[in-house]
Amino acid sequence: MKEDSATLTAPAATAEPSGDAYTVVKARHPGRWVSAVVILAVAGLFLRSVLTNPHFGWDVVVLYLSEVSIGRGILITLELTAISMVIGTVLGVIFAVMRLSTNPVVRTAAFGYVNFFRGTPVLVQLLFWFNLAALYPVITLGIPGIHLDANQLITPMTAAILGLGLNQGAYMSEIVRAGILSVDNGQIEAAEALGITRMQTMRRIVLPQAMRVIIPPTGNETIGMLKATSLVSVISVPELLYSAQVIYARTFETIPMLIVASLWYLLITSVLTVGQYYLERRYARGNQRALPPTPLQQLKKFFRTHDALSLKGGRP
Amino acid sequence: MTAQTTLEPMIKADAICKSYGSLEVLKGIDLQVASGEVICLIGPSGSGKSTFLRCINHLETVDGGRMWVDGRIVGYDLKGTKLHEQSHKDICRQRTDIGMVFQQFNLFPHMTVVENLIEAPRLVRKEKKSVAAERALRLLEKVGLGDKAGAYPRQLSGGQQQRVAIARALCMEPKLMLFDEPTSALDPELVGEVLKVMKDLAQSGMTMVVVTHEMNFARDVADRVIFMDGGHVVEEGPARDVITNPHNERTKSFLASVLSE
Repeated sequence: MKEDSATLTAPAATAEPSGDAYTVVKARHPGRWVSAVVILAVAGLFLRSVLTNPHFGWDVVVLYLSEVSIGRGILITLELTAISMVIGTVLGVIFAVMRLSTNPVVRTAAFGYVNFFRGTPVLVQLLFWFNLAALYPVITLGIPGIHLDANQLITPMTAAILGLGLNQGAYMSEIVRAGILSVDNGQIEAAEALGITRMQTMRRIVLPQAMRVIIPPTGNETIGMLKATSLVSVISVPELLYSAQVIYARTFETIPMLIVASLWYLLITSVLTVGQYYLERRYARGNQRALPPTPLQQLKKFFRTHDALSLKGGRP
Repeated sequence: MTAQTTLEPMIKADAICKSYGSLEVLKGIDLQVASGEVICLIGPSGSGKSTFLRCINHLETVDGGRMWVDGRIVGYDLKGTKLHEQSHKDICRQRTDIGMVFQQFNLFPHMTVVENLIEAPRLVRKEKKSVAAERALRLLEKVGLGDKAGAYPRQLSGGQQQRVAIARALCMEPKLMLFDEPTSALDPELVGEVLKVMKDLAQSGMTMVVVTHEMNFARDVADRVIFMDGGHVVEEGPARDVITNPHNERTKSFLASVLSE
């Protein structure tokens, strides 16, 4: 059969057989097999230790995984993440635009903000906000008639939101700035030539195009923020980690409770990662001609082309 | 001083100078363009043609000399003997009378063709969407792209994109159109369709200043040709005279090298 086709397709003048006549021998990769065996062995040993070491306390983990106070902690973690990211993004856009201003005072002020909040640890900033009452017992904002008690105003939750939001604003402003600078200057010139003002150009022409550059790192920042909220446990905001700590302070089941918290963090970040994957795909449209299939599409295709039943060989 | 004359030139440039650092790009350009006139600026690259064009709508600020468009000084208000720099808002207002077409089209890629056209009328002139869209569709018909209103710029060829860019500038109903090498970024077979739209526009009586390397277009469509070199106007005159029978040596050698291609 193969020889037939070779003689049919080969031009009369050349004696070389066509590609069909040769048997292709695939390259061997002994290194791959060795590394796979080593990795599997190490993973197996680790898994055995995880399952057999009683100090992991898996029964306790299962017991507390769906505890009500842990659930409340998760809600506060999510709430803090969302609020801080919204504040951070709004501040980020404002300070990014300020950084690109033609006014040197505005530009320097924005740089100062970014430099300060990026240059000091978030943990220190959180403690500062929490202890604001020691610095300013009464907040007047310099306006007569305003007389606020800092102890009442700065609850652990407001300190957490201020600390995380202001800090995030500094990071977001750098991301937004990179996005704005990625837009071709010709776009701004075209808008200028049409008589569109600077602010309108920013809002209608530049920022929409900057989104493609801004979205992917913002997804990353959101995942980072979710984990950073665990820091506010030090100012006793009852979020996920703090809720776990409260339980193990009572029961001394430290490791199992930390595993409970970790599993929840891992689950939420995994969900966010999937969300980010699809968001990035959405904003890559128009930049790439054809997007690669998603893992889900690949799986569907696999089951379309490989009949699951015939793989088992059980069909008559 | 020109206030007494009844027919103001559309553009009046008086000793325009412009430098980038120590590099003098324009060394005193004088030019008058009458309403309805079509001018082609030609010359070797680096001669200051594009810079001069960009001074007309204040994309570049001039370092010396004055530019008038439609009787008003570009970028400044004359109060007594003092020139006051205009506010950003006033500069924007003056620009609405001056359409501009760029070498790289610069269409807004995140908007459809018709959205590109109605963006400025809606933002700047606060027009209703339906009013602006009606005019936009008429202009797209005129440049031969009536069926592309819903397309995105990246789905169009270069020639089609440039025709959209022309329609976008026209949608602001300008008194004057500036073209900065409008066909230089196009594949050769797409140049013709853009030049045809520009020729139609010229014949409709639009005042046009065109920086171009298309000598046939300059000869056939322009009323006057200005040859620039080294920041000076070296030769100017009726289009056919300058291109077929140049007097200046530099014009001769430039045209010889361009036309031999």
